[in-house]
Amino acid sequence: MSSTMHMHGGIGESIKRKEDARFLRGKGNYLDDFVLPNMLHMAILRSPHAHARIKSIDTKAASAQPGVIAVVTGELMAQHKLAWMPTLSGDTQAVLATDKVRFQGQEVAAVIAETKYQAEDARDAIEVEYEILAPVTSPDGAKAPGASLIRDDKEGQKDNHIYHWESGDQVTTQAAFAKAHKVVRLHTFYPRCHPSPLETCGCIADVNGVTGKATIYMTSQAPHAIRTVFALVTGLPEQQIRIISPDIGGGFGNKVPVYPGYVVATAASLLIGRPVKWVEDRTENLISTGFARDYHMTGDLAVDENGKMTALRVHLDSDNGAFFADAQPSKFKAGLFHIVTGSYDIPTAHVTADGYYTNKAPGGVAFRCSFRVTEASYLIERLVTNAALELGIDQAEFRKKNFIQPEQFPYTSATGWIYDSGDYPKAMDVALDQLGYAELKKDVEARRKKGEVTGIGIASFTEVVGAGHGAEFDILGLRMFDSAELRVHPTGKALLRMGVKSQGQGHETTFAQIVAEELGIPAQDVLVEEGDTDTAPYGLGTYASRSTPVAGAATAMVSRQLREKARKLAAHLLEADEEDLVWERGKFYVKGSPERSKTIQEAAFAAYTNLPEGMQAGLEGVHYYDPPNMTYPFGTYAVVVDIDKGTGQVKVKRMVAVDDCGVRINPMIVEGQIQGGLTEGFGIAFMELITFDADGNCIGSNFMDYLLPTAWETPKFEIGQTVTPSPHHPLGAKGVGESATVGSPAAFVNAVIDALSPYGITNIDMPVTSDKVWAALRSKGVTE
Amino acid sequence: MRVNGAERSGDVEPRVLLVDFLRTNLALTGTHVGCDTTSCGACTVLLDGEPVKSCTLLAVQVDGREIKTVEGLANGAALAPIQVGFHEEHGLQCGFCTPGMMLVASALLERNPNPTDDEIRWAISGNICRCTGYMNIVKAVQYAAKMHSEAAKAPAAAAVAGGGE
Repeated sequence: MSSTMHMHGGIGESIKRKEDARFLRGKGNYLDDFVLPNMLHMAILRSPHAHARIKSIDTKAASAQPGVIAVVTGELMAQHKLAWMPTLSGDTQAVLATDKVRFQGQEVAAVIAETKYQAEDARDAIEVEYEILAPVTSPDGAKAPGASLIRDDKEGQKDNHIYHWESGDQVTTQAAFAKAHKVVRLHTFYPRCHPSPLETCGCIADVNGVTGKATIYMTSQAPHAIRTVFALVTGLPEQQIRIISPDIGGGFGNKVPVYPGYVVATAASLLIGRPVKWVEDRTENLISTGFARDYHMTGDLAVDENGKMTALRVHLDSDNGAFFADAQPSKFKAGLFHIVTGSYDIPTAHVTADGYYTNKAPGGVAFRCSFRVTEASYLIERLVTNAALELGIDQAEFRKKNFIQPEQFPYTSATGWIYDSGDYPKAMDVALDQLGYAELKKDVEARRKKGEVTGIGIASFTEVVGAGHGAEFDILGLRMFDSAELRVHPTGKALLRMGVKSQGQGHETTFAQIVAEELGIPAQDVLVEEGDTDTAPYGLGTYASRSTPVAGAATAMVSRQLREKARKLAAHLLEADEEDLVWERGKFYVKGSPERSKTIQEAAFAAYTNLPEGMQAGLEGVHYYDPPNMTYPFGTYAVVVDIDKGTGQVKVKRMVAVDDCGVRINPMIVEGQIQGGLTEGFGIAFMELITFDADGNCIGSNFMDYLLPTAWETPKFEIGQTVTPSPHHPLGAKGVGESATVGSPAAFVNAVIDALSPYGITNIDMPVTSDKVWAALRSKGVTE
Repeated sequence: MRVNGAERSGDVEPRVLLVDFLRTNLALTGTHVGCDTTSCGACTVLLDGEPVKSCTLLAVQVDGREIKTVEGLANGAALAPIQVGFHEEHGLQCGFCTPGMMLVASALLERNPNPTDDEIRWAISGNICRCTGYMNIVKAVQYAAKMHSEAAKAPAAAAVAGGGE
């Protein structure tokens, strides 16, 4: 059906996506589309209070409702030692509350019934008596003397502090600040937001009473890791657990963790002996599953008399909610936040972080970002623009003066990251050219003289993606490698199975293209399968832009491994020496005699029909790739805004996004990722907010309060590129899924702050809504 | 009711939502639930040719009326122009919002065969896409509009372009 079907589909070709066929016809296989024989439905009762002691739970009336099979409480789960479960950050989290509820929306009980409607009816008949306790809704509140102790369940926990974490060098940083010509400070709050994939989370647990096999269909970005976690939580032997991640309707980090509903549904299926489906509604998704950000950050930038950055000092307080359930590598309590020196050659830096429990939902997932790199990128890019404005230097010039230069790569940052490659001045030049920066600057000056409020914002972000390497990066001890298993059938068609899991990124196309390039089998002939732990090789999953850097590399490596076997087969068929064969994508020929050749398909057929003496039959292999380093995509984004003084409304006039993600495998898909990421970044900058009132009620619990951008508000984005290959990735690719969400919020807010800078306004925290801009202008005496 | 051109019936409780009737009773799972509050449009279907959100309509409200879901867009193996447009312009990623988007867009093209980009943006502004952003979706609708206008000029040629695997 596709206009690109005839193409080979190698690297660099924008072939149309293979996965589209089923989605276009409404024949995707999302979790809620599955109906198993005898399937029951589960509904969860959640706490209406942020902090309360449970005095009693009465399930009698609920149990008597039509269609109800069981009502599950924390007490019942505790009898099976399943009232609590481990989190991805080494803490514990309540599955169903037994003692207290610690956030609004926490799981208290569950009803299993014949239909969804019956389960929800009965849920509403459960009676719970609460004793309301004082809630804690911010890190400052958590620190306050006399604050409620949220985690009184934890032995030895005397306050609401979770962790203290540091990176960099305090002594040299202090010394540099003592000598600084100028210190610029920015205190900013990156508010809580939510990934909000359009499909919510859910599962169908199907435990076979005879064999004991637990098959769990789950909206999971990381099915293999989840299987291991399930084995540890439930005590079931791992070979008896099969996680199937079907088509996923967006993830953005929200579908990495294990949620209590998965555990309850599995326990219920085990006890009842029938499949149990649980699918969240939107409110449940927004108030209880993995949120993102919620970092209160203070950054100080030291600058010398020549405008060179000399040191960076950052402190942050992290609001982690009721359970420390951040999804991130276990060695790094604040994720990869210490990439905070960004694109700049800053000689020394010191970062401190403290995490706090609050009566808010747990999570701290990497929302379209590599483990807190978004917060880091936002802070440094906002701070750099503020410094330029305060020093009276052009934002672009100030950045260029301080960029890590192309010849400095590989570059070791002050906090110990080894940047693989980059050309920051080039990306900036391309962006500024595309924007027409010099002319625009003059235009801004002229319009400001007329009293208009207008400005330009720039962000030159550097990301760090593609975890591992495994020695440094692990989740619950599991090294962050990834895998690809490739089978070439006798007719030369192939099956590629991966340890990662697409949520819309187009893996079925992109990874087939890597095989097409490296093994010469057209992309159309390569079937890509992911998400079934009984068939796919083990992998850590898709998040943190790691699929192409890690699993893409594994695909290249396994393809090359099979190519070497195919060379032996071709040599056998051609009766030539394998050293004399030349590889040209799709075939081997004898050096000097191009007419004597064998295609990869002929070699594959020979692997099953005509083998050299002593060779094993078949053409298949598996590769587990543990990357030698992270990859470091980067780019420059530039935004132009106009602000209406009367209403505070911000209008994004232009947005130019130049990305460098190394080699692009399918440019169409790469640009699609960037467009989507920019839209989410726009939403975060201007619209999206999960907040809480003083009682701990979640404001932002549905799509009428948690505002996602539609086609009407979203600006038209102009995209550009540079290509600086990763030197250590087999294909030179770096990963791109998250760059735009990481880089764009600071560019949007910098444009607003640049526009407001003539009035002495230096910060507005996101989301930058009209009322905040209006109030800021009024506070400086600006009216119409 | 008539669904995708076929007579369908069933006994339902008065409170059953149209989306649940379509998904559960008729096994038409291409209509998705994204928000429950009429905000996201993943559940959009056409009711007598007009886009409606099936998560906030009762099944009994559409008794005797005409419903079109995503499953009714293609003509057998031949994709409708709007489906071809979404494929060619990379107007989808995870695919969850896609059925609703395509139905809203096809209703727009019915009444306005040559929409401007802004008219398309306004028409789809009741539908949220979380993955793709909207640039490629607008292009996809324009692609379909162009296919329609070419089909009007040369019916036979356009039928080939729109059809077949």
